[in-house]
Amino acid sequence: MDKLLEIKDLQVTFKTYAATVQAVRGVNLTVNKRETLAIVGESGSGKSVTSKAIMGLIPNPPGKITGGEILFEGTDLTKLSERKMQKYRGNEISMIFQDPMTSLNPTMTIGKQIAEGLRKHQGLSKSEARKRAVQLLDLVGIPNPQVRVKQYPHEFSGGMRQRVVIAIALACNPKLLIADEPTTALDVTIQAQILDLMKDLQAKMDTAIILITHDLGVVANMAHRVAVMYGGKIVETGTVDEIFYRPKHPYTWGLLSSMPKLHTRQSELLAIPGTPPDLANPPKGCPFAARCPHAMKVCTEFMPDYSDVSDTQQVACWLQDERAPKVEPPETIGVGGRTR
Amino acid sequence: MARYIAGRIGYLIITLFIIASFTFLLMQLLPGSPFNSEKLTADQIQILKHEYNLDDPIPIQFIHYIGGMLHGDFGVSFTYDGRPVSDLIVHRIGPSATIGFEAVVFGTIVGLLLGIIAALKRNTYIDYLAMFIAVLGISIPSFVFAGLLQYYIGVKLEWLPIAFWGGFKFHIMPAFSLAVGVIANIARFMRTEMLDVLGQDYIVTATAKGLSKASVIFKHSVRNAMIPIVTILGPMVVGIMTGSLVIEQIFAIPGIGDQFVNSITKRDYPMIMGTTLLFSILFLVVILIVDILYGVIDPRIRLGGGRKS
Repeated sequence: MDKLLEIKDLQVTFKTYAATVQAVRGVNLTVNKRETLAIVGESGSGKSVTSKAIMGLIPNPPGKITGGEILFEGTDLTKLSERKMQKYRGNEISMIFQDPMTSLNPTMTIGKQIAEGLRKHQGLSKSEARKRAVQLLDLVGIPNPQVRVKQYPHEFSGGMRQRVVIAIALACNPKLLIADEPTTALDVTIQAQILDLMKDLQAKMDTAIILITHDLGVVANMAHRVAVMYGGKIVETGTVDEIFYRPKHPYTWGLLSSMPKLHTRQSELLAIPGTPPDLANPPKGCPFAARCPHAMKVCTEFMPDYSDVSDTQQVACWLQDERAPKVEPPETIGVGGRTR
Repeated sequence: MARYIAGRIGYLIITLFIIASFTFLLMQLLPGSPFNSEKLTADQIQILKHEYNLDDPIPIQFIHYIGGMLHGDFGVSFTYDGRPVSDLIVHRIGPSATIGFEAVVFGTIVGLLLGIIAALKRNTYIDYLAMFIAVLGISIPSFVFAGLLQYYIGVKLEWLPIAFWGGFKFHIMPAFSLAVGVIANIARFMRTEMLDVLGQDYIVTATAKGLSKASVIFKHSVRNAMIPIVTILGPMVVGIMTGSLVIEQIFAIPGIGDQFVNSITKRDYPMIMGTTLLFSILFLVVILIVDILYGVIDPRIRLGGGRKS
């Protein structure tokens, strides 16, 4: 497997009036060519900040990458000038955003919005870019692209707009596509269509995808590998099967348990008690310790190292230590309802 | 679109009629008359009143006036012996409109730039400086600026003429005095709007495409930020182009603002009516233009439920 992207010990902080928030605290990740990596975690766990850091879209001030490297085909993106970074954005690395209703410019035709990137990165002429825009609209499954290319975003439905956003992102055949909760704002039926489209296009264009989501159903459907983030750190990574069938971290257990199941009658949905840690004042030890049912003394004092469960699965948890008591995952994690 | 505009012009005419009626009635409520001089005897006043048809009952006067108006006749001035009101207005509107136009163009451009820069450099000393200028512009009356300009640039440095009407040299100081308020208002609005737009998701999308900062700002931000600016710009243009009494007095400019106030103090009824109607027409037309402009700037606005449902 060829490495496309390698993130080493990435740290991102945001300055607020009250304090400095450590949104991302030492993230290590690799994305291989043509693979889909899902980053899951609850709100505020640092998923989006990590992806924005890759794109160089952390607003500075107040945000700042305070440490670590983001190696894209060996080039450290954090060291690039704004001008050089522009050559990567939309060209080598693209991004799809959460809300298609607001992520398109309301006063510009979608044809122009697609053509912009093409003209900038591939130096196409106006008419060439227009032609390519029509092709792209066709590719993402928008009927009647010749007419649609001249229309404005408000003339499209939410699902169609997300297709436009995907067309913009894929315009220059990027090697890496970051999809930040691409289906959260869409209807369930449209979600499935958009996910299928992304899968289909990935196969056609050999693009690697980083999929950021908190919907485990989407993960099961799309991803090859999964990274679970909590409190600005990655607590567990593994292949989809490993994460769903042999999870090791109590937080992963909690996430899986809180997914509603279809085959059993549940009177109440399961939730992880407590709230995520305050990252302005992060805990010394494991960030999940305060909410973990299996927390030990050591957990609140020291951050556990990563231990290899398999070649592909790593977990940061003191339960993996040989001195720790043997804890079995709860039964509620069963992957019953693969919702999508 | 054509149907929409035709409909709007219909409304415009109705509005004008209502304004004309109200002004006519209000004018009659003004105490005093055009012929209040102590040198005139009662008989002479009676003759004058008869001469100008002021001895008719008010409804008859009104019908006469509206009838004349429909033929493009706005009556003759009482104070400028027999000269038609339309002539007098045409003669006077030129200088006011010229200075107003220069002030609006200059003020809008500078105001927009100032607002954009302030938004891009928000919470830096550049932003604070720009907003300090804007607050000064709003809070200090234009006649203070006019006086300062006259003293320093006119009297001390002798670079520009202090007053009167002539070539472009004579426009600079009055136009600038008027522009200060425009700059201040536009800059403050533009800053707020730009900050709003710069925080929108589509700006992130544009940046994520790899566009340069300049493209993101000028192609994606400014146009969207301009939409609300157009709203305040319309009335502002009318207000300034119809003349500022104070500025015209200070610089001794033969403009319409000066004329309007004079006509009220002298009870020159046809002059009051004519000027009021002119201002109303300008205002209504500018509002119509602004509404049409919305459709040009913002494709989401389709006028009159046009071609797309």
